[in-house]
Amino acid sequence: MNSATVKHANHGQSTKRPSLWKDTWKKIRKKKLAMGSLYFLVFIFLFCFIGPFLSPYAGQSVNSAIINQPPSSLHWMGTDKFGRDVLTRLMLAGRISLTVGLASMVISIILGSALGAISGYYRGLPDTIIMRLADVLMSIPGLPLLLLMGALLSELKVEPEYRIYLVMLMLSFVGWPGLARLVRGEILTFREQAFMKATEVLGLKDRRKIFSHLLPNTVPLLIVVATLNVAGAILSESALSFLGLGVVPPAASWGNMIDSANSLIDFQQRPWLWVPPGFAIFLTVISINLLGDGLRDVLDPKMKQ
Amino acid sequence: MLLLFSDGGFTLKEYIIRRVLISIPILIGTSFLIFYLFALLPGDYVDSNPSLTPQRAAELREFYGFNEPVIKRYFNWIAGIFHGDLGFSFQYQQPVTKVINQFIWNSFIVSIISLVITWIIALITGVYSAMKQYSIFDSFVTFFVFAAMSIPSFFIGLLLIKIFAIDMNLLPVGGMIDVGSNTTGLAHYVEIGRHMILPVFILVLLGTGSLTRYVRTSMLEVVRQDYIRTARAKGLKESKIIFKHALKNALLPCITLLAFELPALFSGAIIIEQVFNWPGIGQVQLESLNNRDYPVLMTFTMFLSFLTILGNLFADVAYAAVDPRIRLK
Repeated sequence: MNSATVKHANHGQSTKRPSLWKDTWKKIRKKKLAMGSLYFLVFIFLFCFIGPFLSPYAGQSVNSAIINQPPSSLHWMGTDKFGRDVLTRLMLAGRISLTVGLASMVISIILGSALGAISGYYRGLPDTIIMRLADVLMSIPGLPLLLLMGALLSELKVEPEYRIYLVMLMLSFVGWPGLARLVRGEILTFREQAFMKATEVLGLKDRRKIFSHLLPNTVPLLIVVATLNVAGAILSESALSFLGLGVVPPAASWGNMIDSANSLIDFQQRPWLWVPPGFAIFLTVISINLLGDGLRDVLDPKMKQ
Repeated sequence: MLLLFSDGGFTLKEYIIRRVLISIPILIGTSFLIFYLFALLPGDYVDSNPSLTPQRAAELREFYGFNEPVIKRYFNWIAGIFHGDLGFSFQYQQPVTKVINQFIWNSFIVSIISLVITWIIALITGVYSAMKQYSIFDSFVTFFVFAAMSIPSFFIGLLLIKIFAIDMNLLPVGGMIDVGSNTTGLAHYVEIGRHMILPVFILVLLGTGSLTRYVRTSMLEVVRQDYIRTARAKGLKESKIIFKHALKNALLPCITLLAFELPALFSGAIIIEQVFNWPGIGQVQLESLNNRDYPVLMTFTMFLSFLTILGNLFADVAYAAVDPRIRLK
């Protein structure tokens, strides 16, 4: 027997199944709402990452001749107090918001699944330590904890461009405990199953058992949770940045663009400054949530309603 | 100690004792982490007052005990908590308990009203849309749920202020009472009520989303059970099946969610209070952060963590009480 046989066994029910990804793609294509959301997300990504190259205003920074202009045929979403084109700025801010959301999800998933797997596989002392740590972090209300860490970054006078990375870390610091708990639960059920007995018989090393046999089985669940996690991270980042404790200027994010609503005159008379980024957050997050829900239906029939 | 390790079932009393014992190390860990995070923050209240001479600043630091090692300050803080001394707010020049007591009820009133409305709406729409699964109403509710889960709270707050307070001039822009108002009696309550409409509306909007979904899922799960089929087969009236047999069991997991709401009742909605300038504890938290009035923030964060742990404890115990399978596992 070689390891390939075991791999087939751990994919479960049918050995003929091509691959998780192809299978998922085939099923998700039939779901209109999830596909619509996916197309919209692709559009948002192109808008943010390719869009600025097509904009005539991308390279330009400050232009005092055209400050605070309402939307026109030249500037579709008007200009801000520095004379910058709001539409272009929306694209550039989107790059940061999307990157922060995705990156903090990736870090949470790596931390959460590694710690969850160790906890569920070894049980005993490592389990106790990791899970109590998760309990402690989950007992502290999320927003005050994030605000506190944001204030810490401000007190330490971290450079704005450097700060973005720390904001990603902050969000994953708050995000991993829930994930670790989930993965641990999955691992606890899988480790009792026949295919794990087979790895025992083969005398595989612990690391190989965890990373090639246990964790791959949690992938369907992880895909769903990861998707919803991105949505949550984008929302948290926007709230933090709105309060001035997340991504700070000159770096732009959708959250800190809405910060202009804190000035009374911009709030009352220049809605083009803060309404578009708000809708950008809302539409992106709702698409991610709807896509996540579609994926849940496809990947996890247990949770299907 | 034995009962911590036995595999067999527990009586409810044993379960509660065990559950309380588990909470204690979590509480200690939480207090340490919170204290340590605050200790990491460079700068203190004395720093934020530039008018002090270096000599006076040093005196004040000595007086407040800022110079002592972290671990000693931690134990001072914990000892203080057990003596009912929760620290002294530099900003308000008052004991922290007094500051909290002064603002927390403004937050509580908004939270409790939102909570009651949220639960009523979520229960009705959740049950109804589960009963009419895949109907137009159900699709509408599902879509609404996702929309509610995806709205940034501060943005919807700003948008509604712009529409209803500024453009249409129907509702107040923010605060708890009108500027310079000195109404009393009924007129006073009506005035506060008017200021609460938008914040409460938003909190309800944000809260109903996930709760409706939860009720709906729970209801759908119960309806699929054999005993519901049996009830149908016996020819019971549909309304009786739903309200007497299904709803009761579907609500069980929801009850535990109510226990999780405990910290939210007192935490103050930081973002909503900031946007609506509502004089609640959420605003105090942000203000303390800006003014480096850390005793207030630290004590309050610890208080919320305590409520979270307590809420989890209530949830588990309530669930074990109504569903003996939990504690027999």
